[in-house]
Amino acid sequence: MALLEVKNLGISFGGLRAVDNLNMSLEKGSLVGLIGPNGAGKTTAFNLLTGVYRPTDGTITLEGSSIVGKTPSEICKAGIARTFQNIRLFQKMSVKDNVKAALHNQFQYSLLESICHVASYKKKEKEMDEKVMEILKVFDLDVYADTFASNLPYGKQRKLEIARALATDPKLLLLDEPAAGMNPNETAELMETIELIRKKFDITILLIEHDMKLVSGICEYLYVLNFGTELANGTPDIVLNDPKVITAYLGE
Amino acid sequence: MENKKKLLINVVIAIVVYAAVMILLNSGLLNRQMRSLITPICTNVMLAVSLCLIVGFLGELTLGHAGFMSLGAYTGALLSLNLPFPPYVSLFIAIIAGGCVAAVAGAIIGIPVLRLRGDYLAIVTLGFGEIIRSVINALDITGGARGLSGIERLTNYNHFTLVFVLTLIVIVVVSNLINSRHGRAICAIRDNYIAAEACGIPVSRFKIMAFIISAFLAGIAGVVYAHNIGILKPANFDYNTSIEILVMVVLGGMGSIKGSIIAAVILTALPELLRGAADYRMLIYSIVLIAMMLFRNSNFNAALIEKKNLKAMQKLQKEGK
Repeated sequence: MALLEVKNLGISFGGLRAVDNLNMSLEKGSLVGLIGPNGAGKTTAFNLLTGVYRPTDGTITLEGSSIVGKTPSEICKAGIARTFQNIRLFQKMSVKDNVKAALHNQFQYSLLESICHVASYKKKEKEMDEKVMEILKVFDLDVYADTFASNLPYGKQRKLEIARALATDPKLLLLDEPAAGMNPNETAELMETIELIRKKFDITILLIEHDMKLVSGICEYLYVLNFGTELANGTPDIVLNDPKVITAYLGE
Repeated sequence: MENKKKLLINVVIAIVVYAAVMILLNSGLLNRQMRSLITPICTNVMLAVSLCLIVGFLGELTLGHAGFMSLGAYTGALLSLNLPFPPYVSLFIAIIAGGCVAAVAGAIIGIPVLRLRGDYLAIVTLGFGEIIRSVINALDITGGARGLSGIERLTNYNHFTLVFVLTLIVIVVVSNLINSRHGRAICAIRDNYIAAEACGIPVSRFKIMAFIISAFLAGIAGVVYAHNIGILKPANFDYNTSIEILVMVVLGGMGSIKGSIIAAVILTALPELLRGAADYRMLIYSIVLIAMMLFRNSNFNAALIEKKNLKAMQKLQKEGK
């Protein structure tokens, strides 16, 4: 059974059909790319998958159970984490606290424990700190643990966002243009990081990207969107040489 | 064990403040006017710290904090006037009940919070505070515009220990909360509610939670207020009061508990200490406010912060190598 199954997914904003009849099937452990020209509906598809928008039709099932109609926080609990195209960090919190905030559902204690700071609170907080440092080490962010997120350089902010998403212990990670605004060196480093986390955390990754070097370099399978509909899907070497796809990107 | 060191410093500060005030009180160095300032300072600290939870940490602007305070004050006053128990038992019940009534109001006002943000929420809470005042003004049980009088003065300067402990509890509750899973969720919502939701934080629940806790603490402050002055009038809880509390939080640096405490102490004491300047005191008070705000946003202050950040970065780089 596929980890994520999307069938006939569609959403209309008034008269605009932003995504129409999208079908996707993600196997566990795969690394899949979602590509398409600007305005094709890629981010809208992400927003549908994470519950930001409610689809007007179609079904989304994660490990056999439907997630349509759930709130974003419930979907996160169910096992889908994401990053954002325009970085959305908790700017006024430290790097450590950014990741810690994402551990919200994994290390639970009651409000009373929070207010009284009893022994169980201290124990849980210590466990959290250890887990946070473990995740930050993977991204070489551990030296910045006490820095404000807003003071990090751009590339590191992107990394922190991925680290934060991983802290929610997802089964499926959605990356929305992780290489946007990065120079070639940073992109190469990012590709390594993505490969690394995929193996280390044993997760499935779906990513939106415009950088074809990255897409063809690490994705195993591609879905191409254009004007909200699926244009093609297949392995990168087939899809990227498809005349239809080239036309969609470059025009006739 | 940086945390332990910080805790120790805070405990020492609390003891020093308590001892200093006790010595001043018992040595008779303070005149009547100064003595009567002690409890108002404490209530304002409680109010500022509790409002700091909403304005500073949740990041929502509210102008109805005096409403929560008045609910606590009236509930507490009515209970201690009517309960047949010994005064301190009544006061204890009054504090709990006052907090709870305010918390219920906090939950009710928390619901529109889910739909409104920023200036719109500020207007709604302003209206909410005014509604509470008008209702209190119209009811018989609260004495209407005449108000309630004859409340036993159980929290004036003669009972400084009690007031001080209550103030400490309020401060500890808020600062502990902020350094916990729940507090981080609240701060995450302030910084980016879309990302917070995507990280599995139920935004609605935590917004209402912040409002309830803040209202509860403001209710307690209200009870203390009522048992200090002994007379309650609805006019004491108009939106000027709400704004005064808000000014303390903003001046304290929004999101800094220590800042709120210091601002509350200064802004409560300042108008009274300036009484000597009679006609000019409100003018001086206003100028001080403007000057402090200008300083906060000045190039000079920005340069100071930058210098501090730079030092921290340099330290990091050294450690990195």
